[in-house]
Amino acid sequence: MEIVISIVVGILFMIGTYLILSKNVTRIIIGTGILSHGVHLLLLTMGGLKQGAAPLLGQEAAAYSDPLPQALILTAIVISFGVTSFFLVLAYRAYNVHGTDDMEQMRGLESDE
Amino acid sequence: MTVLHWATISPFLLAILIPFLYKYARSIHTGWFVLILPLVLFVYFIRQLPITSNGGTVEHTVPWVPSLGIHFNVYLDGLSLLFALLITGIGTLVVLYSIYYLSKTKEKLNNFYVYLLMFMGAMLGVVLSDNLIVLYAFWELTSLASSLLISYWYHRKKSTYGAQKSMLITVFGGFAMLAGFALLYLITGTFSIREIIASVDVVAASNLFLPAMLLILLGAFTKSAQFPFHIWLPDAMEAPTPVSAYLHSATMVKAGIYLVARLTPVFGGAAEWFWLLSGFGIITLFWGSLSAVRQKDLKGILAFSTISQLGLIMCLLGLGSASLYFSDGTNTEMYTIAVLAAIFHLINHATFKGSLFMTAGIIDHETGTRDIRNLGGLMTIMPITFTISLIGLASMAGLPPFNGFLSKEMFFTGVLNATELGIFNMPTWGLLFPILAWVASIFTFAYCAILFFKTFTGPFKPEKYDVKVHEAPIGMLISPIVLGSLVVIFGFFPNLLAYTLINPAMEAILPTLLAEGEVFKIDIYHWHGFNLELFMTIGVIILGSLVFLTMKKWAQMSFYLRERDPINYLYDGALAGISTGGKRLTSTYMTGSIRHYLIYIYSFMVLFIGYMFFKLDGFAFGGEAAPITFFETLIGVVMVTAALVVMFAKTRLTAIVGLGAVGYSLATFFVFFRAPDLALTQMVIETVSAVLFLLCFYHLPVFKQKFESTSFKVGNFIVSLGVGILITLLAISSHNSKFFESLKDYFVQASYDEAGGKNMVNVILVDFRGFDTLFEILVLGIAALGIYSMIKLRLAKEDH
Repeated sequence: MEIVISIVVGILFMIGTYLILSKNVTRIIIGTGILSHGVHLLLLTMGGLKQGAAPLLGQEAAAYSDPLPQALILTAIVISFGVTSFFLVLAYRAYNVHGTDDMEQMRGLESDE
Repeated sequence: MTVLHWATISPFLLAILIPFLYKYARSIHTGWFVLILPLVLFVYFIRQLPITSNGGTVEHTVPWVPSLGIHFNVYLDGLSLLFALLITGIGTLVVLYSIYYLSKTKEKLNNFYVYLLMFMGAMLGVVLSDNLIVLYAFWELTSLASSLLISYWYHRKKSTYGAQKSMLITVFGGFAMLAGFALLYLITGTFSIREIIASVDVVAASNLFLPAMLLILLGAFTKSAQFPFHIWLPDAMEAPTPVSAYLHSATMVKAGIYLVARLTPVFGGAAEWFWLLSGFGIITLFWGSLSAVRQKDLKGILAFSTISQLGLIMCLLGLGSASLYFSDGTNTEMYTIAVLAAIFHLINHATFKGSLFMTAGIIDHETGTRDIRNLGGLMTIMPITFTISLIGLASMAGLPPFNGFLSKEMFFTGVLNATELGIFNMPTWGLLFPILAWVASIFTFAYCAILFFKTFTGPFKPEKYDVKVHEAPIGMLISPIVLGSLVVIFGFFPNLLAYTLINPAMEAILPTLLAEGEVFKIDIYHWHGFNLELFMTIGVIILGSLVFLTMKKWAQMSFYLRERDPINYLYDGALAGISTGGKRLTSTYMTGSIRHYLIYIYSFMVLFIGYMFFKLDGFAFGGEAAPITFFETLIGVVMVTAALVVMFAKTRLTAIVGLGAVGYSLATFFVFFRAPDLALTQMVIETVSAVLFLLCFYHLPVFKQKFESTSFKVGNFIVSLGVGILITLLAISSHNSKFFESLKDYFVQASYDEAGGKNMVNVILVDFRGFDTLFEILVLGIAALGIYSMIKLRLAKEDH
């Protein structure tokens, strides 16, 4: 199963990277979203999949899944949510100020030199 | 800290006081306060003469950075003392001269004397340090002080140009020298010059011998204005004349000479050392004298003449180093005469060049011009200046009975002996030395004649000068008179110096040649009988006069009209090339496009990690894995499909829905893989994110309402494909190479017993690793505040 998930993660990374390399701000933000999904899935996979019950002691199972990667992912989800929302509002403001959502037009080289 | 230590750093201490003296004692010229110090130091160093002339040395150590072997060692032997006397003696005279040269009311005297004292202290440090690193520190201080002094009139463009040039060239050499010192340290394990000389056998046997030598010579050549690094010296003439006289004729430019002389016991005797020193020395001598003839500016002529004379001294030191090759004691006198000539000429040059610069400064000060085409007929107007100049120029040209004659005769002897050396290919190439030296001497004679006749003879035309020309005040004349008298005294009684200064200095340069209690045979006298050297001098006088007399003819040639040294074009071109080349290089890769930067980053990541991955054979496959089940694979396919939909989406809405589908698939995975808390969080956050996306997209530009699919870029796709493949491979192989057990068991045991909770994930988040959570909360808080202020804060006017 890990190999299948690894391939899925690879595809997510590829698509995320491809979107990040595009000109449009909104596509870039969507790209970062896909990329962070890929990262979270990767973290979970690296901890090992389905090695036991959910990490709740009430279940009184013989083996549990590793709780540490889950804690790490939980933290990462919240942080990436904070960053994504900030980024979104930044894009909205940038459009308000500059009148464009094209990264190539935001280069600012012309006005600097 | 001994007296010698305090003597070395005393100029720095006085420099601290100068601004106060300048501010609170405005009625007295600040120079008078400064004058005391070099005078006291000069007397102090004179009192050390008996020690060194009896072959003794003084050495004191103060630890500075003992753990690195860096000590503030002061070491006084014949060579150091000779330089210390030059520095303090000429320093005294220059300060006295500057008191009359620089106006009390118009000039910023505090700056001038602070820089000058800083220079003096640094120079004393260079010649008295025994530790290479301390020597280097003082060495760079002299470069810094020199640049500050050159740009003293900093509102003039030429001054700052000259200062920048001298700084770049000398600091370049200084860095090379530091590298050379580091290599010497690697070879010997010590920074002390004494100890390095003691372990000279180790140095000679080392592989690093040649690199160390080349790097150190680079430092010495740049500082002492040897070809082709001489170009900074003529431009340094924008400095006030006392500075030119002090730094750029008598002291700083001799720092390289000092270094070469000081390290002769280490490197001398090697063929490379011999060839580099004598070869570059003689080229510099020749080139400098040839260029000096073309100059029209008094200080320009003197600058090139300094370059040429420094080349002469360097060449003599190189020739003299051959005596270390024959250290078995046969025939050594034949080669040591070159070292003797070098030291003697060093002293002579300091005296006559100092006085010549001062008289040039007087002429500039009193007539308002330094251009030889405008000057003339000053002989009767300025009789004292005229006399001193005559003495100095005659000495520089090598005429009897002045000291320049004596050192020139010895120089000829040295180069003639060089032809008889049976080593280092000398029989083939040796003849070049006397020929080049002789031709250079002819030109030396010619430019001395130009300086003299163009300035002092001919008709006096008062209308050519803006000011009323008259003799300088007596205070300004004292220093050149003293130096001029020394030229005459050393000329008539050269043996005054023989065993007081010259012999101890020679012992320091060639320490291994003498047995205990022995001294070098030094016998300098005017009349050698009719030998080849005398005929060479007569030839110099005749041909030099011819060159000067035919000046009207060759002055029309482009050789004379093109004043600037051609190597300057190389320097300017290189400087401009580096600057524009750097700009062009930066503008090719710093495009301002974030896409390009991301491509650099991703490409580097893929290529570098991928290369290491395959080089170290990091791929691993197999190992235990969870079984592949149908529903999970289905979710994986859904996820990939959703992501591909996002990738090729034509409208924004499709993209958002696709992204949401990816997020919900991830939540489903969390369910399958036994992570209920994650599934919950992912679900909620995905929903909120989707709402946010929709909210934001509502406000996006009208003219691009349609979310256009960007054209499928092959480059982007290759890069992202690389990233995807790399991550997949990394994930697979890192899953299959686990080196230690997880911490899972600890959390399973301790969650309830120690933290009192049954939900292990939550216990980890708030108990075991609570700090993560604290700062994650902080991140959310900052994001919220940031969003709030981005929406609310309107500072710029056009912002609405």
